[in-house]
Amino acid sequence: MMTKTQTHDPLQIAGVALDSRLVMGTGGATSLATLEEALVASGTEVTTVAIRHYAAAGGDSVFAMLERLGVLALPNTAGCYTARDAVLTAKLAREALETNWIKLEVIADEHTLLPDPIELFSAAEQLVSEGFDVFAYTNDDPALAQRLDDVGVCAIMPAGAPIGTGLGILNPHNIATIVNRASVPVILDAGIGTASDAALAMELGCEAVLLASAVTRAHNAPLMATAMRDAVNAGRAARLAGRIPKRDLALASSPAEGTMQTLAGQFQ
Amino acid sequence: MNPIDVELNGQPATLPPGSTVRDLVTEHTGKPLTEQGRALDGTRLGVAVAVNGDIVPRSAWAGYTVPARSRIDLVTAAQGG
Repeated sequence: MMTKTQTHDPLQIAGVALDSRLVMGTGGATSLATLEEALVASGTEVTTVAIRHYAAAGGDSVFAMLERLGVLALPNTAGCYTARDAVLTAKLAREALETNWIKLEVIADEHTLLPDPIELFSAAEQLVSEGFDVFAYTNDDPALAQRLDDVGVCAIMPAGAPIGTGLGILNPHNIATIVNRASVPVILDAGIGTASDAALAMELGCEAVLLASAVTRAHNAPLMATAMRDAVNAGRAARLAGRIPKRDLALASSPAEGTMQTLAGQFQ
Repeated sequence: MNPIDVELNGQPATLPPGSTVRDLVTEHTGKPLTEQGRALDGTRLGVAVAVNGDIVPRSAWAGYTVPARSRIDLVTAAQGG
């Protein structure tokens, strides 16, 4: 029998149920061996991969590794600046990896790597109409998130901060607003620097966290992967448990009766 | 018949005349493929092909002869994003 502390709480997304709410990216790892260690330590069941020109036959590949580990691949359109390129990349990904899932990234410029809202929305509209399950990487803009939701994406993935910055969640209020209005899961994507950032994302009500650099570029990637796994679980539990309201003044946690006070009632 | 010149993944390349997309994929992955474009060894290939910007579905690879001077993209999953 389940107790109040042992609830089975899978993430329901795009037709699957996932026990892990941490989605690891694959970017930034110094080697495939390090990446594999980190993926295993993170407990992730889904990882995101880029689509690139085939380099050479032979040797281990990311695809072969994921097949071996049994980790689902969520292909992405990283590196695309236009809706046209993103849609073509998504179609190549669907053919290559035999999945309708696509993490849609359409970036505006190479310095911020922030999404281009116009191209993003246009690509999302096209891909949804062609039967893709679109995981939309977006700005932390509640208005744009709402538009993506309306057009039928399967997940809204706002950036906490620009990709690779490790600045954490720069606008927690916007993330909370996106969560509170969304009809699909919100996955915090990009900007995570350390474990407390991942916990905060979950406390704000995100259904999952996607991160790569914070783990792959850490001094000890597998150890950071473990920290992120635990942070996501802790943040989720805290969200479900319901935090206490914030107050301006103290509220004693010990009873006022029975204290040794020379002047009775002085502090009551 | 002479070999045909193409652009493969942004680089000049020559293919034997009459090469199909299936031949090209086998050449690069080292895996013989079925008529449906699946690896004979039962593993998943994880690759896709576009010719002149149009995707060629794997089921069409065996019957698709690569035209001369075409631009071919052969892609797979890579680290990133």
